[in-house]
Amino acid sequence: MPTLTIDGKTITVEPGTNLIQAAEKLGIAIPYYCYHPGLSIAGNCRICLVKMEKSPKPIIACQTLCQEGMVVDASSPEVGKLRQAVLEFLLINHPLDCPVCDQAGECWLQDYYMEFGLYDPKFNEQKVKKHFKATPIGPTVTLDSERCILCSRCVRFTDEISKTHELGIFDRGDHSEIGIYPGKELRNNYSGNVVDICPVGALTDRDFRFKCRVWYLTSTDSICPGCSNGCNIQIHVNRERPHHAKGERVMRLKPRYNAEVNQWWMCDAGRYGYKFIDKDRILIPERREGSLFKEEEWEKLLGSLASSIAALFERYEQNALGICLSPQLSNEDLFMAKKFFEEQLGLPQITVLSPSPEGDQDDFLIKSDKNPNTRGALALGLSKVSFEEIIQRIQKGKIKGLYLFGQDLLALLGESKAKEIFGKLELIIFQGSNQNATSKLAHVVLPSATYAEKDGTFTNHAGRVQRFWKALEPLGQSLPDGEILRRLASEMGTLLEFETPEAIFEDLAQSIAAFRGLSYASLGQEGKLLPDGGKVVARAVRHEKEDSRE
Amino acid sequence: MNELILSKRFNLKESHKLQTYLSTGGYRSAERALKTMKPEAIVEEVKVSNLRGFGGAGFSTGMKWSFLPKERKKPVYLVVNADEGEPGTFKDRYIMEKDPHLLIEGILITSFAIGSHKAYVYIRGEYVKSYRILQGAVDEAYAKGYLGKNIFGTGFDLEVMLHMGAGAYICGEETALLESLEGKKGFPRLKPPFPAIIGLFGCPTIINNVETLSCLPTIIERGGKAFADLGCEKNGGTHLYSLSGHVERPGVYELRMGTPLRDLIYKYGGGIRGGKQLKAVVPGGMSAAVLKANEIDVGLDYESLKKAGTMLGSAGIIVMDETTCMVEALLVTARFFAHESCGQCSPCREGTGWYYKVVQRIYEGKGRMQDLETLMSIPVNMGGNTICAFADGAAMPFSSYPVKFREEFEQHIREGKCNPTKENHAYAYH
Ligand SMILES: Cc1cc2nc3c(=O)[nH]c(=O)nc-3n(C[C@H](O)[C@H](O)[C@H](O)COP(=O)(O)O)c2cc1C
Ligand code: SF4
Ligand code: SF4
Ligand code: SF4
Ligand code: FES
Repeated sequence: MPTLTIDGKTITVEPGTNLIQAAEKLGIAIPYYCYHPGLSIAGNCRICLVKMEKSPKPIIACQTLCQEGMVVDASSPEVGKLRQAVLEFLLINHPLDCPVCDQAGECWLQDYYMEFGLYDPKFNEQKVKKHFKATPIGPTVTLDSERCILCSRCVRFTDEISKTHELGIFDRGDHSEIGIYPGKELRNNYSGNVVDICPVGALTDRDFRFKCRVWYLTSTDSICPGCSNGCNIQIHVNRERPHHAKGERVMRLKPRYNAEVNQWWMCDAGRYGYKFIDKDRILIPERREGSLFKEEEWEKLLGSLASSIAALFERYEQNALGICLSPQLSNEDLFMAKKFFEEQLGLPQITVLSPSPEGDQDDFLIKSDKNPNTRGALALGLSKVSFEEIIQRIQKGKIKGLYLFGQDLLALLGESKAKEIFGKLELIIFQGSNQNATSKLAHVVLPSATYAEKDGTFTNHAGRVQRFWKALEPLGQSLPDGEILRRLASEMGTLLEFETPEAIFEDLAQSIAAFRGLSYASLGQEGKLLPDGGKVVARAVRHEKEDSRE
Repeated sequence: MNELILSKRFNLKESHKLQTYLSTGGYRSAERALKTMKPEAIVEEVKVSNLRGFGGAGFSTGMKWSFLPKERKKPVYLVVNADEGEPGTFKDRYIMEKDPHLLIEGILITSFAIGSHKAYVYIRGEYVKSYRILQGAVDEAYAKGYLGKNIFGTGFDLEVMLHMGAGAYICGEETALLESLEGKKGFPRLKPPFPAIIGLFGCPTIINNVETLSCLPTIIERGGKAFADLGCEKNGGTHLYSLSGHVERPGVYELRMGTPLRDLIYKYGGGIRGGKQLKAVVPGGMSAAVLKANEIDVGLDYESLKKAGTMLGSAGIIVMDETTCMVEALLVTARFFAHESCGQCSPCREGTGWYYKVVQRIYEGKGRMQDLETLMSIPVNMGGNTICAFADGAAMPFSSYPVKFREEFEQHIREGKCNPTKENHAYAYH
């Protein structure tokens, strides 16, 4: 492990650490543009130049690996001059159109200019004209090449990470320009990441462009619910200027670094899959009378729902109510459901039903299971029977009531089969965040909060339990699923008293072997694998697969 | 004149033919090397010879070869740099066109010494004639068994492939050349790793200039010591100097390393054309710092020119007489570097273009006195701060013209034109 000195401070680092990383550990910020820890070293921007003892020339910190005895000067006035010079070079042909640039506020040119620039500009010539001004280069990204500083991060991303090779640097000298290879467009499953890594306003997100100035955004750490990979994300919410985007609250999602899950990246499906949070939401508890829906107060509706369920049990028996839990629910919500349906009501007809069929997968992030918490549901042992069994029992007239958690049976079974099934049911309860064809046919509709509107945890495909945080208040009168169950339970005369999701998780970790020893504190920001290495769950998954084959 | 070793066949009839080559001692060195010498012994001779690369940097050839990994897990390639893009340089072209077998024999000896069985020759895109003649010679060599399988019955195999560039100056920089040879855009690579460790297609690679390799037959023939004695201290052998510009007899001159610049211009080059006065000399291709007329008492070798604040570089000597407008000369130079920068590094990409625009404005009579400060600061911020030596090469003329000829620049700015005693501006830029 080499020991070196940077600005007079000594540090010992792992072999393979570069000077930027070592300086960072000492609290010394060496600026960089082309360097990205997830990409190969290009060494082209030269903003990271530092001086080193015994080296006649300045060296670039991004490419230089720490070696024993190095003495590095990362902050002296001479080094400052090197940075100023590079910044001036980068800015001479830059349009400086910050007032109309979507990157303003999170632009590395602006930031470094304020920190290391502040020189007297000497440039007095015509700027170079480039070809792409606000030109879409694919479904997700717009290119403004005069703002580009040619750091080649985007090119390296498409070469090394997405491996789709759409982007290149064309021409030479100060006419060099980022562009798309002939006949191609930037269309791949990870295209949005180039916007994240572009340090300037050259690549902007077509979805986000001009929706909101970034300084109005607040960021909350979360987990993408788009598939079982559980990519770590940030939810960026516009709280201050709701009129900027027609009242939409979530402005964008950004990947959040997690070495074990998604590194710096996320897929486009996940990135742009947030619209449901503000669109087609169910806002008010409703109850159908004939063909009309009647809005009701939560308390009144849950009171009458409790009576309906009790009446159903009286007329038939406990197993006349089928429960279709969803792997979209958090571990905490599912644990509440387990307590309520399984322990307190003693219902045997419980299954976990994905609201969507399996989808695409690749060998990078994207998983075919489009739910964030399938392994959590299985680890909780919630799949008592298969969904097919429930359908059969409905067809045989044994199940008379069905409690759905967001699933659209018309989409899953086809319209005619779903309607035939519904015809045999006396009570259809739909608890979910968004409207669909099934919610329109249900007898009782309970509006639930989305993942963005509550705290909780998901367990990803590898058995990693990861926390997500509440970014928003639940829209309308919607409530977190666990809270709805708590209130329903109390209407039915049983108690499910928990103060917070953290308290639920504490109980969960005590009573469910697979989760033993975990707590919110121990999960931290990066999450933790299920303590048994996910073995129990792995067995459960196999069991589930056999079930569905039958 | 001193003894010729590189250009001795240039004036023979059909000098490029194998027959001519063989009848003047050709391929005997290679045969001796392959049949009687160990590769390490050849490397040793080359070290002793003080041969220094003629591509511009003057790096010790024997030392470069010894950087190859001792353990050979991958094939080793030899790459011949025949890109010859440095303005004012045209010596490699003479070798390829007048004595191509000298180069091929050099390639053969070198490949044997470094353990390479495949050599690529990367030829400047405009050198169509050189390419044709060299390809003809390669074909002859294959036909007679000097290339191909089991050369001289020793079991040593060698393939030689010629590859034409597409006209980018930067592809003469050795790692841009490798990228280009691999079919990619000519972007110089970050070093380390150096090509001797990771070069062409990820394999250990030695890159040498045409002239460098053409010295090998002589080194084998006479021994490293004798070769070293042909030159001056630390600079073995003779050197081909490309002399161009306002001299009576421009051309390629083979001279002992360290020959005084004054002799090259006045003794060999016949002096300034039309009896005019010398004004300036660029001694090492366009990338070298310019010298004034009173600075030509300097030896044409790496150390002496370095001491004089410039460099031998590619030994392209460009002579300018009193009629030359130095603003114009710098304009041509700046345009070249702005046009040829590969564009990777911020200082080089932006600095060359910026510099050119400022010089252009001064040239057009729209300069301001503070522009001279800009012309001083841009090269300072470019040199030594980039991926490859291109920016250093641009910074040298950039920072020398406006200093050494400041008067002329100031006059251009004050009066918006040249001194009336000079000929009119001739350069039309586009
Ligand atoms: C911008 C630039 C252009 C170059 N062009 C050439 C060239 O045209 N021919 C050449 O032999 N070397 C050229 N070089 C030098 C090569 O990078 C390399 O040093 C040389 O080919 C090594 O061969 P040598 O050791 O035999 O000199 C150039 C270097 C730079 C930085
Ligand atoms: S578009 Fe952005 S990421 Fe790509 S090279 Fe330009 S500045 Fe870098
Ligand atoms: S890979 Fe899955 S978890 Fe990751 S961003 Fe995409 S959909 Fe979301
Ligand atoms: S110094 Fe200039 S030519 Fe060399 S790599 Fe950098 S930009 Fe390209
Ligand atoms: S960050 Fe080191 S050269 Fe760009």
